[in-house]
Amino acid sequence: MGKSWIQDLHREHLRGARRRRGAVRLTQALLLIGLLGLWETAGRLRWIDVLLFSYPSRLFSQIYSTAADGTLFPHLGVTVLETVVGFILGTLLGTAFAALLWWLPFVSRVMDPFIVVMNSLPKVALGPVFIVGFGPGFISIVATTLSLTVIITTLVIYASFSEVDQNYMKVVRLFGGTKTQTFQYVVLPASIPTIISTLKVNVGLAWVGVIVGEFLVAKEGLGYLMIYGFQVFNFTLVLSSLILIAVVATVMYQGVTYLEKKIMRPDLQKH
Amino acid sequence: MDNVLELRNVSQVYVNDSRATLAVEDLSLTVERGSFLSLVGPSGCGKTTILSMLAGLLKPTKGEVVVGGEIIQGPSARIGYMLQHDYLFPWRTILDNALLGLELGGRRTEQGIDYTRSLLHELGLGGFEKRMPHELSGGMRQRAALVRTLATEPDVLLLDEPFSALDMGIKLQLEDLVQSTLRSKGKTAVLVTHDLAEAAAMSDQVVVLARNPGRYYGSFLIPPSIRDALPTEARRMREFQSIFDSLWRSLEESGEKGGASHGQELDSRPS
Repeated sequence: MGKSWIQDLHREHLRGARRRRGAVRLTQALLLIGLLGLWETAGRLRWIDVLLFSYPSRLFSQIYSTAADGTLFPHLGVTVLETVVGFILGTLLGTAFAALLWWLPFVSRVMDPFIVVMNSLPKVALGPVFIVGFGPGFISIVATTLSLTVIITTLVIYASFSEVDQNYMKVVRLFGGTKTQTFQYVVLPASIPTIISTLKVNVGLAWVGVIVGEFLVAKEGLGYLMIYGFQVFNFTLVLSSLILIAVVATVMYQGVTYLEKKIMRPDLQKH
Repeated sequence: MDNVLELRNVSQVYVNDSRATLAVEDLSLTVERGSFLSLVGPSGCGKTTILSMLAGLLKPTKGEVVVGGEIIQGPSARIGYMLQHDYLFPWRTILDNALLGLELGGRRTEQGIDYTRSLLHELGLGGFEKRMPHELSGGMRQRAALVRTLATEPDVLLLDEPFSALDMGIKLQLEDLVQSTLRSKGKTAVLVTHDLAEAAAMSDQVVVLARNPGRYYGSFLIPPSIRDALPTEARRMREFQSIFDSLWRSLEESGEKGGASHGQELDSRPS
């Protein structure tokens, strides 16, 4: 083919991209292994205080033994459930409040200063209030999570609702569409990408809320294990819980990213 | 004759925080059933305001808008409106976009779907029903928007510079297609445009407006030979140039008479 040299250029470009991607992955893996190795060596040779910093093989044997005797899973399960409920409920409630504000511009103008102030408050400090109000347990932990997620979600999604191109709404109005239809046909679908990205942010915020909540009150969960570890000076338990949180949080984040890919409009997808 | 559209001594005032502006002053117009009328004028003559009042989006401050013998109260399915851009919803397929008006009116029936499919076919979009808007070219998207407007079977079509964002070649093709489609279906049309040649080639009658405030300046009846020809043919006819010249002169005079503060600037570009 006369055009084959053009294809060659493309192939070469792809090869280069693949090589660069591989180099990044390899460096990341080496860095991780190097750091773990250094930590392990430093721990075994007593360069660092093992009581405080522990070392990787101890952490993994801790995780392994609690997994093997089954004592780990109730803690893991409770924390994951609280987090999932927290970020999903936070996103849903935030979207519902945003819809209310969009619906009633008067309410939105009245509420504006209150929402801004509430957003800047350190709401985690309300944790004890929830514990007194809802009792120590699942509900007050989810409430702590919601106190972190709902307001910022409302703000972000309301901003997205307000920025929807007026001309799409004009199309609906020209067909005699009602306000409900405008919301259903234009405002909500146009904001789906924003809602998904707040879901992602809320995964992170929910973890903060859940761990703080468990610190304060819980009888089980990874946050409880950490605070218990602190109390009995078992830092291997603290750090192994932290590693589990990192793993589970990554899995959740990837899950939401996968959902995003499934739902995202093809015209907005990055290549 | 049977007047399907009528403006009776219509004035429109825009009020905002800094002032109240008279946008349209004491305008009366009638449009006969099945005819094609164009509105041209310098910027600030209120063309789009007039179209919004005809569509029922905007209530006239004084006077009344009559459609088919009834004073208009709001947007209705009897009046279709084409915007400057297609504003197809990016999250819906072409067919679902075309069905939007029927769906909003609770008329998404088998019969309506069949009719919409046949319209898509008629306008050269057969086979694209399942595609998303971003996969289509600008001209095809504007044709899909025309199908969306025609699918609800309005008596009157309001065209708000629907060709101005397109390339010259596509624009000419679309002018032919729109004129022949509307004529074969016996629709009444009002076109707002900057392009005098487009107005002359497509219309039965061209109304020239003066600006600041927008008001009636004069009107031209297009001779039958040009009226009956397709727009691309009309542009090539010998009589066409003289009509274009007198429209051009009239527009210049209307620009001089109104809006002294804005000087001589005219925003029509003869092509």
